[in-house]
Amino acid sequence: MTITDETIDYVGILAKLELSDEEKLQAKKDMSDMLDYVSKLNELDTENVEAMSHTFSYNNVFREDVVINGDNRDNLLKNAPEQKDGCYKVPKTFD
Amino acid sequence: MDIMSMTATEIGRKIKAGEIGVVEAVKACLESIEKYDKEYNCFVTVDREGAISQAEEIQKKIDAGELTGPLAGVPIAIKDNMCQEGVLTSCSSKILSNFVPTYTSDAVLKLMEAGAVIIGKTNMDEFAMGSTTETSYYGETKNPWDISRVPGGSSGGSAAAVAAEEVPCALGSDTGGSIRQPASFCGVTGIKPTYGRVSRYGLIAYGSSLDQIGPLAKDVTDCATILEIISQYDSKDSTSVNRTDNDFTSALCDDVKGLKIGLPRDYFTDGLDPEIKEAVYQAAEVLKRKGAIVEEFDLGMVEYAIPAYYIIASAEASSNLERFDGVKYGYRTDSYTDLHNMYKKSRSEGFGAEVKRRIMLGSFVLSSGYYDAYYVKALKVKALIKQAYDKAFEKYDIIMGPVAPTTALKLGESLSDPIKMYLGDVYTVPVNLAGLPGISLPCGYDRNGMPIGLQMVGNAFEEKKIIRAAYAYEQTRAYKRPAGVCERGL
Repeated sequence: MTITDETIDYVGILAKLELSDEEKLQAKKDMSDMLDYVSKLNELDTENVEAMSHTFSYNNVFREDVVINGDNRDNLLKNAPEQKDGCYKVPKTFD
Repeated sequence: MDIMSMTATEIGRKIKAGEIGVVEAVKACLESIEKYDKEYNCFVTVDREGAISQAEEIQKKIDAGELTGPLAGVPIAIKDNMCQEGVLTSCSSKILSNFVPTYTSDAVLKLMEAGAVIIGKTNMDEFAMGSTTETSYYGETKNPWDISRVPGGSSGGSAAAVAAEEVPCALGSDTGGSIRQPASFCGVTGIKPTYGRVSRYGLIAYGSSLDQIGPLAKDVTDCATILEIISQYDSKDSTSVNRTDNDFTSALCDDVKGLKIGLPRDYFTDGLDPEIKEAVYQAAEVLKRKGAIVEEFDLGMVEYAIPAYYIIASAEASSNLERFDGVKYGYRTDSYTDLHNMYKKSRSEGFGAEVKRRIMLGSFVLSSGYYDAYYVKALKVKALIKQAYDKAFEKYDIIMGPVAPTTALKLGESLSDPIKMYLGDVYTVPVNLAGLPGISLPCGYDRNGMPIGLQMVGNAFEEKKIIRAAYAYEQTRAYKRPAGVCERGL
């Protein structure tokens, strides 16, 4: 499968990655090779096969809506690249 | 007394008997790491002070009779994708180069409760994406059997640390072979448990439907002992399964009489190194002589597992790794124009090439217009692979074969051709897709003296069968240490 520049740009938007021109060239080749390789799956007739996300049949696991963890804000914020007044700080998002 | 040449359970017994102190055992590890890890680079973080203070606490509890288990006082290393409160957890990535978790993963917590001492965090492929430990941001780990070769991956640091006798045992994680393949390359033993057996709470996710934590150690006894401790139901992991058959050490018996072992003919094809083929057949002969029934059969679907795996794992990775955005933790770029640009630049600068490759592929196969053709197709193939195993387990207790088509490759040999590297996982990946338990243990050495691994796969939740067979096989062999390790202190 040929991957166009537009596809790479589009996937870059979905993946939130900014690739350099060199990386884009490589990504085009890598993705195209990989998609050619995985097209092997088309040899299999899966018309009547149900897609399997989990191998064992899990039911939804519920619990009572009770808070079990304590307030850990100060510790959590220690990992933040930037913080202000007990909140995460991000660049301005609107004027 | 050479503490580092002992197994984990031997150290545990000697600590219990008062022949070794916990601090003494921990200091032996720290000294070994200090001396030898410059050469191998198994560790990203060594928690010297934390380990010594843990050791002092644990010694008191042992003396008071509060801790009596087999791992009380035993040092252990943890793959760097499992959170440990207060200790850097980097996933061998630049993007988490400053991440200090505020909580501890469930598996690590269970070890701590059992009195094990956490020595440090081991090197891995970045976000567990790779089969060589070369994609780590913190440099490659080298194989203790031959430092010009890879230790395998992605739990390469854990496997190499055990082989190099820097630590007696370690935890790894296995998404497509990441415990079994490095165990095989480094001549140690590793178990990938049934999906759901060990809680994934606190394990930084790669492919959530495939990831499973498991032990790496010098022998089957150690692995079974560790697995018994970390396998407990955890309500914080919604895929954790509540089982009562976690008494794995009860399966450590030298008896395979009547055990039915199937060798998949489609594993022993042209792509497999003839020396590995020979070693696996020899192992089958040994088990036959011990009373097992060994037959060859056609498993089927083998060549479809890798393509299905890379679609599913990349799709899950692209979704799981969305959380790394430079806001709440981890790396943030220095200069940016707005929020969106900050996300993009932080991620692009923070992730390495292999991680970006998989995020791109995963984003593509999940995108509108391609979702059915790739992602849903792969999930259907996964169902067919599971069916192939179900059919095999109607006839056999264990499916046995090689772990990898080659022994450890030279450093730098795999990175240039991603698909070639992916093909190295051909025998391990289907086991994850089907959610089954697998063990890897040494069964020989190739012409270069590099270890060859034997893989045994069991039906879901039948770890005890593979532990029993692996233990019985192990009784016929002596544990072999790398030459470089044997020569120490001479």
